[in-house]
Amino acid sequence: MAIEIPLLILLVLTAAGAILVKDLIAAVLILGSYSFALALVWALVGAVDVAFVEAVVGAGLATVFFLLTLFRTNEKDRQIRRPPVPWTAIVGLPLLGLLLLFGAGDLPTFGDVNSPASTHISPVYLESSLEDTRTPNVVTAVLMDYRSFDTLVETIVIFTAGIACALLLRKGGS
Amino acid sequence: MIQPHDSAIVRTLGRIIIPVSQLFGIYVLMFGQYGPGGGFVGGVVFAASMIMAILIFGVDSTDSNLARKILHGDGVGLLIFAGVGGLCLIGGGQFLNYSYLQIPNLDEPSQHFVGILLTQIGVAVDVAVTGVSIAISLSFEEDVTRSEEASNG
Amino acid sequence: MVELLQTLLQRPNFIVFVILFLWGIYIMAAHPNFVKKLIGLYIVQTSAIFFLVAFSAKEGATVPIIPDGETVVNALNYANPLPHVLTVTAIVVQVATLGVSLALVTAIYRHFGSLEEDEILEQLDEQ
Repeated sequence: MAIEIPLLILLVLTAAGAILVKDLIAAVLILGSYSFALALVWALVGAVDVAFVEAVVGAGLATVFFLLTLFRTNEKDRQIRRPPVPWTAIVGLPLLGLLLLFGAGDLPTFGDVNSPASTHISPVYLESSLEDTRTPNVVTAVLMDYRSFDTLVETIVIFTAGIACALLLRKGGS
Repeated sequence: MIQPHDSAIVRTLGRIIIPVSQLFGIYVLMFGQYGPGGGFVGGVVFAASMIMAILIFGVDSTDSNLARKILHGDGVGLLIFAGVGGLCLIGGGQFLNYSYLQIPNLDEPSQHFVGILLTQIGVAVDVAVTGVSIAISLSFEEDVTRSEEASNG
Repeated sequence: MVELLQTLLQRPNFIVFVILFLWGIYIMAAHPNFVKKLIGLYIVQTSAIFFLVAFSAKEGATVPIIPDGETVVNALNYANPLPHVLTVTAIVVQVATLGVSLALVTAIYRHFGSLEEDEILEQLDEQ
């Protein structure tokens, strides 16, 4: 499609901007715009539920958490020095990249209707969700009815994360 | 703690935007079955509005009362979700099988509908409380205990 | 070689995924600042989730919400909803994990007074 390639280039450019900037607060704000560009790409592909969650969580909550942490530090900690160059990473990671790109021939083409991800159980979910549950939004029906155990365990994980933060940081009453 | 913001523009805008965004969060939660949205997004938008109340008005002021009171509900969302599963067990079926919810005058697809709605509310409450709790933990200051140690020791 | 380039150019999502994933891992390994490492971790996580969602697209298909009044549903018209389900869960767990790791960084800063890895290791060696 005509608009997908510029959006992908915008994605890589905002990620590069978040990485190469020297001030930490500026890097965190550019990371928020990277989340927003990612949400736009997903809305274009057809995943509106996922784009909604990423726009609210990535550009909203993650940026707020980063900024609340950075406001407790001094000014001198926010500037980033030039790091020493690790030679094993510079040699090894492009080799890994070439290996990954070499396996691109086995992947199904983008938008393939008969790809293995779309043929076994997912047409069953799409066709029988309206008569089983009467909800037009198939993603919510699958998330809360057909696969509700995953959602239950994820609720436990979120609750544990909140308790862990409170145990680490709150001392002396309250 | 976070001090209240002293600019009149920010406080006035906060009084308008915070109720509107809370209403939007509840709307997205309730309409999660007819359009995009659902439990996760509704909870996160509600948490974002309460974090905005804390950042503008300070943690101790009366305008962010709801944000402080909601922290008492830590874990209520998990109880609602597991409670719906327990109701299905009591009704005669397996855990989280909504066909056995035993609500009178409803046929089976509508029982699934009610089960999905209740679990979405549970997830939204859980995500909202955790979001506000992490934000308050990250902005917690330890200076009170340090000054007490300095005066005692 | 030429046909490898041709198969690559038909899949631009895969090239973007590989670039972001490897660059994120490089940041996590190279920079000594803790918050910078967390930015690299965030980029790695979102690139993996992007790869998962790219599998769910279908040609000529629309969003997986069934419009009003349709009783016979043809599965070819709607995008695959299963990766969307896994992705929604993964994004919310990602932000919870980010909150816990930022709490760890704040606790380290309170105790040692610095966010750089080599200064903290020097202070640990002196103790």
